[in-house]
Parts: sequence; C-alpha cells; structure tokens
Amino acid sequence: MNNFQYTRVKSPATAITELSKNPAAKLLAGGTNLIDLMKYGVMSPDKLVDINRLEFSDIKRGQGTLHIGSMVRNSVAAADATVLEYQPLLSQAMLAGASAQLRNKASMGGNLLQRTRCPYFYDITADCNKRAPGTGCSALEGFNRMHAIFGASSSCIAVNPSDMNVALVALDAVVQVSGPKGNRSIMMADFHRLPGTHPELDSTLDKKEIITGIVIPDNAFAKHTTYLKVRDRASYAFALISVAAALEMDGSTIKDLRLAMGGVAHKPWRLTEAENFLKGKTASVANFKLAAELAMKGAKSYGHNDFKLKLAPNSIIQALKTASGVKA
Amino acid sequence: MIENKSQEEQGIKGNSRRDFLKKSSVITAIALTPAAAVKASDLKLDERFSDALEQQSLSIEINGQQHELKVEPRLTLLDLLRERLKLTGTKKGCDQGQCGACTVHIDGVRTNSCLTLAIMHDGAKITTIEGLSNGTRLHPMQEAFIKHDGFQCGYCTPGQIMSAVACINEGHANSETEIREFMSGNICRCGAYANIVNAIQEVKAGGKI
Repeated sequence: MNNFQYTRVKSPATAITELSKNPAAKLLAGGTNLIDLMKYGVMSPDKLVDINRLEFSDIKRGQGTLHIGSMVRNSVAAADATVLEYQPLLSQAMLAGASAQLRNKASMGGNLLQRTRCPYFYDITADCNKRAPGTGCSALEGFNRMHAIFGASSSCIAVNPSDMNVALVALDAVVQVSGPKGNRSIMMADFHRLPGTHPELDSTLDKKEIITGIVIPDNAFAKHTTYLKVRDRASYAFALISVAAALEMDGSTIKDLRLAMGGVAHKPWRLTEAENFLKGKTASVANFKLAAELAMKGAKSYGHNDFKLKLAPNSIIQALKTASGVKA
Repeated sequence: MIENKSQEEQGIKGNSRRDFLKKSSVITAIALTPAAAVKASDLKLDERFSDALEQQSLSIEINGQQHELKVEPRLTLLDLLRERLKLTGTKKGCDQGQCGACTVHIDGVRTNSCLTLAIMHDGAKITTIEGLSNGTRLHPMQEAFIKHDGFQCGYCTPGQIMSAVACINEGHANSETEIREFMSGNICRCGAYANIVNAIQEVKAGGKI
C-alpha cells in the first residue's frame, strides 16, 4: 500500500473542508472496502480523513420516518429493535451481506459507496473504464458471469455489489448529505448511476460531500418482506441475483408493494413496471410470473451471465411467493 | 467516494512526496559539508527523517497491556500485532478480509484486523488469541476446540476461536444453522466446520462465556 497522510476529524465541517482543499483526499469510515482497494493499488488517495469519531451514530424515529446515521455499523442497524419493527427488509438484506466481522466494521454510508467487485476493476493490469477511464472494458469479452443484464453500456457492465442498497431503493430511502453548499437529500433511486460513458462515477454524490444519514419513510410492509439472495455458496458471497420484495396485503390482494433486484445492474434495480402490474391484483403464482416477465423486459446478457436471464425471473417469482405466503 | 484518476497518475504522485523528502534531506546534508553528507548517508538519516515525518502517535491497549507507539498510517492492525509487537497468534491468511484468520476483538467487537488501520484505533482495547486465556488456564472455547478436534492444520484456529467467542456473546449461537451463518466469515481449508460447530454449541450450552 502506498503511504498517505492521515487525519482524524471531530466535526463534519472539518471533513468537508479537508475534502475541499485536497481533491485527492478520501473519507475513511469502516474501511472494509477502501483499505482492500488500497492494498490492491486500485485506489491510492493522498490523504485519508478518518470520520469514525463523527456522531452520525443514532437510529431514531421521526415523524413517519426512520433515521439511521451514516456511521451506524451494519451489524448494529441489522440488529436494532426499531429497524426490525419498522423496516425488517433492511435488516434481512444487511444480514445477507458480507460476514459478521465485516458488518461490525462497515458503516451505512460506506456501504452506500461500496465499489463494484468486478475482477477486472480489481486487477490493475487489466483494462477497465471504471478504474482507468478510456482504457476499455475487459469484462465485455471476458469472464462476465457476475455482470449486469440491465442498464449496462459498452463502457462498463459491472454491478453494484451491495445488498443493503437493494433494500434501500425498494423502501424509497433518502440519502442525506452535507457539503460546502449546505445540506441536501438524494432519493435512493437517484443516488447511484448507470455507467453510460462515465463508469468511473458510481454515484451522484459530489466529491466534497459527506453522507450524514439515511431516512426511510414508514410503510405497511413489515409483515410481508423477503430478501432472497442467490449466490455460489450458502453464505458470505456476493449475489448472482438478489430480490427485495415488500408487500402490503389485504386478504389475498396485493394492496401495495415494492420490488428491487441486486446483482443485475450498475445500480440497485427497482422493478417499477412489475410493481405497477401487481398493485391491486391477487397474489398468485400466475400473476407473479407475468410480473417477472415485465421485469425482464430489456434484459441483455454477455455470455457467461446468460443464466441470469432465467435465474432473475425465477428469483422474482420465488421472492414474491415467500413474501406473500402463496404456495401455488 | 469517487475515483477519477488513473492508477499510474496516483502512484507517481504517492511516491513523489516520499521521494522528495528523502532527496531534499540528502541535498540539505550535502549542502552542509561533504563529511556530514557521508555520515548522514551511513546512518540512513534521510530515510529516518522521512519516516519520522510520516509516523503518528498511537496509544493502544492490547491484551491488558498499554502501548505508546509511533506508526505509519498505512500499518494495518494485523501488521502491528504480528510484525511490530510479535503477537503472531493472530494469523495472516488472505489479507483481504475474506478468510477471517486475522479476527481479533476491538473493544469487544470481532473485526478483521487485516482490513483496518492501527491508527484508526487510538485509545482502543484489543484482545487477541494470546489474551484470551487466563494465565495458563485456557479459555472454555480453547478447551472445547481441543476436545472436539475443531481444527486440523490449525492456521485458521485463532481466528475461529476469537470469532466463536464473539458469536456467543452477540447471541448468534442459538442453533447449528445460526452458528454456521454467523461463523461464515471464518474459512477453514481443512473443513473442520462440523467440529467447530460442536465446540461452540458445547460452550454455549455450558454457559461459560
């Protein structure tokens, strides 16, 4: 690892100042992704600004909302009684990610900014537009088993690796950030980007901004939520496909719902058309199949990940069956 | 955070600051007298000078013992334990947070020591495998691993044991399924998983931790 300067900040204002005066500085939260990338030489910041002592560590109820501070550790949020009561889907998704040790360290804000696990992004000898813009995408013609089937471009077919993000986009979460120009809120659906011609940009967060918290509006989904994660081993592996399903049931009718997928795109992928189709309909496997078909419109595979074209709709159907309790 | 610059660009920049410090201190030495420069070179004063600038103070308690140290920011907690303090019980497996061999407790919380910087833990209390036993009396989890053959080659064992103790403390050892899920961050190449689960279940049932 290249050496770097290190400073520990006690206020968000100082962190923003550090980012403003040094464009090559990076914030250091849990470090479970950044330090790994620095060891590989994928990222080499001149300076790390340690924000672990900032007091963004509260989980609290607001008016019709749940607020989670950006420095809350993933394991703490996943086990929190308020999170479990109001947003169990978030807890399920977070517990499906990483290991107990990593979740103990990883922060909410850091997880939002987790970078892709595309092997060509990690391999500094390979061409990669995300790591070194303009060099090309090795995954397009390479081993692309883990890669995107939605929203990719000829510049990049990498996927966002986070489970937490899939739940957050399904739950209409809002990311709160603070920067030199003050505070602003970013809808989770707008927080991550599609690669387009600038895959080096994962999110719409400005380089001088710091994430302060995540706000999730209340909903009536708590009784019918499922996070289904399909992966190469039973635990501690990134998703091939994941599905977050949250339903509000009125008898056998789906009164309202949210659906999102992970492992399929450069951002957590909300299934709006499938949601619109199922809203107000009877929960049945036949309807789930039609919804899954709608969700798969526009999907494109790249060879090694052809299997995702079948695995994704099957996973959507399975997640809906589990969340609704419908068996046939 | 978003990264725009190429690796090469950053590598050059990262090296140049360090190189500048070394070169400038040598130039200063040469400017004094030739004899002083030779002496400075012999003593590697230039490297010492740049190292001193890049080191920061760290106050950390490890297994009950307080340490006042100077460390480079890039030093991981794992390398501090193994290379500086010679506490080699904590193992370096993958060094990428994928195997769990480096698991230690930071203020009681199990963590991959390879993916965290020592400097981040100023004022913290660290417990490693060396700090688990009470003198020569083994911790109940250590006893249970021996009794149940919870290892073959033993390389992952310190991490497994540290993780197992935390798994029970966290309340995630209530069934075999739960133990397997919450121990999944510790990989055992020998495949001693069945025996590891048995050891954890016995300690949990005995209420010894």
